[in-house]
Amino acid sequence: MRPLQLTRTTMTSCLGRGLEATRAALRARASGLAPCRFETVALDTCVGEVSGVDEVRLAPALRGYDCRNNRLAALGLEQDGFAGAVRAAAVRFGARRIGVFLGTSTSGILQTELAYRRRDPATGALPPDFDYARTHNTFSVADFVRRQLGLAGPAWTVSTACSSSAKVFGTAARLIDAGLVDAAVVGGVDSLCLTTLYGFNSLELLSPEPCRPYDAARAGLSIGEAAGFALLEPMPASPAADAVALLGVGESSDAHHMSAPHPEGLGARMAIEAALADAGLGAADIDYVNLHGTATPSNDAAEDKAVVGVCGTRTPCSSTKGATGHTLGAAGAIEAVIAALAVRHGFMPGGANTRDLDTALRAHYLLESREAPVRRALSNSFGFGGTNCSLVLGRA
Amino acid sequence: MSGLAVCIEGVALLGPGLADWPAARAVLAGESTYRAAPTVLPAPALLPPNERRRSGTAVKIALAMGAAALEACGREAAGIATVFASSSADGDTCHAICEALAGPERLISPTRFHNSVHNAAAGYWSIATRNMAPSTSVCAHDASFGAGLLEACALVHALGEAVLLFAYDAPYPEPLWAKRPVADAFGTALVLAPAAGRGLARLELELGAQAPSRLEDAALETLRRQIPTARCLPLLGLLARAEPGTAVLDYLDELRLAATLAPCA
Repeated sequence: MRPLQLTRTTMTSCLGRGLEATRAALRARASGLAPCRFETVALDTCVGEVSGVDEVRLAPALRGYDCRNNRLAALGLEQDGFAGAVRAAAVRFGARRIGVFLGTSTSGILQTELAYRRRDPATGALPPDFDYARTHNTFSVADFVRRQLGLAGPAWTVSTACSSSAKVFGTAARLIDAGLVDAAVVGGVDSLCLTTLYGFNSLELLSPEPCRPYDAARAGLSIGEAAGFALLEPMPASPAADAVALLGVGESSDAHHMSAPHPEGLGARMAIEAALADAGLGAADIDYVNLHGTATPSNDAAEDKAVVGVCGTRTPCSSTKGATGHTLGAAGAIEAVIAALAVRHGFMPGGANTRDLDTALRAHYLLESREAPVRRALSNSFGFGGTNCSLVLGRA
Repeated sequence: MSGLAVCIEGVALLGPGLADWPAARAVLAGESTYRAAPTVLPAPALLPPNERRRSGTAVKIALAMGAAALEACGREAAGIATVFASSSADGDTCHAICEALAGPERLISPTRFHNSVHNAAAGYWSIATRNMAPSTSVCAHDASFGAGLLEACALVHALGEAVLLFAYDAPYPEPLWAKRPVADAFGTALVLAPAAGRGLARLELELGAQAPSRLEDAALETLRRQIPTARCLPLLGLLARAEPGTAVLDYLDELRLAATLAPCA
């Protein structure tokens, strides 16, 4: 693919608001995970909750979109001057020439979960104030962000579970290449809700303690919430010295099982290889891998086979889910932002919470953060339904 | 801006009073009269028996449409990249989960949970057809068909290979139906290939702001307005009549898709 510049990025998670807070926490191997106190949830698990989400007030014209997911989106857009950078891009390109492609798994479904507790006792009807289209619907978050930023180009949500907001980078690259848009806002927003907490609990995939990717005693995932965004546009003729670019996107399907990865990591491997091929790079060109690394026994085992199969056992790798939790439909976007931070600032985050590496896993997993140049980073995202997406980010 | 061109190789359709593409083609071409009737869901022939029982409306429609569109043009499923577009995930599954979460036990079955994801149909399709090719699943509420068509055409352009587009709606039961009254289940699938190929017609897609095309038949026009995926009908009408011309499809707010059909080169 032709490289695309990440003109501006931002992310907000349980590690904090914006890039500086995120970078400081990752360098220090801090974790934002804590015992779950969310809503009325009674589960023995930890979550990565973003503080202050419910204090966010949406602009009066967009009040109809009010729900936790869109509040988190609004909070995220205001960090790192992201919204301002997009508005400046809209002046350069025109509002109709900027696409909005966002990933989410559950959008504002929490609003519906709460509304189902307030059904009319006689008729069963949902309460009059419940707004399906602008809160629950999967598109709500992309619709909200497009309006919040004053954009008027094509937009949709990609919802492929936990690969959603990695795949939006591919969508944006294809639409720019086809000439349908000149630039795109991509990203992912997913927020805590009962569907995912009780759903992953039903699959016995939730860890009682903060998740420990790649650990011999890993016992499942911790769910988090986050908003991450990037403004993508073609590389300028003379990019800035610290410019970071999207270099390759690789996608595949496991065709194996709805909720378990291919045991040999075959689909994951195909996605990694496709991303490298798309970037015109070899495995030796990758300096750091941000793993999907959910800390479920099966994910980490399958992903390890895929990563070792392509990159060998020497390339430094880590999962940042011990720090942020698994932010599901936002994971691809925030981990792309973290990979871009690694490139821009020359550091590799050590995996938080992991104590004793699983000796059955062979990838070079970082237990300590490392200061070292990163020219190119690979970021993996995999999801239910056997959906896989890998991104290559780096110096153009 | 020049348009994005692809070749339509195969098509499938299912909706209220439209049993399959041959029947819908005859109605859209004016050869037979449209008679409203509830959508008859197909049996998911691609799934093993235990999964047939558990699969939701979205999966049933999508799998049937994908298989029919491929069969119509004599293509195999293996290796064809896919795009799934739906205005929501499976309505019945979503309702069952929300109802369970409002109860005291909050018990969700693991199968119901993995069937609740927007890409459930994509997962079942890839497993049933052993297809490891790239796949994406998109949603744009009422604009979902246009989103899927843009995504699929851009993917054909990027890959230089055929792409199978699925678009479908699996409506919610009450009480969500009152908030989101999608008239009935509806689905279509299109096999889209590079424009240089041979097929039913060449399709060129452009973003624009023209008024959307309407359907002459009042009942079909009602479908187009009441079911998000039925926004495809003006395009399929041109295809049914084998008629060169432009259909303007409703997409997002003031954005429209001008879909121009011409004979294949």
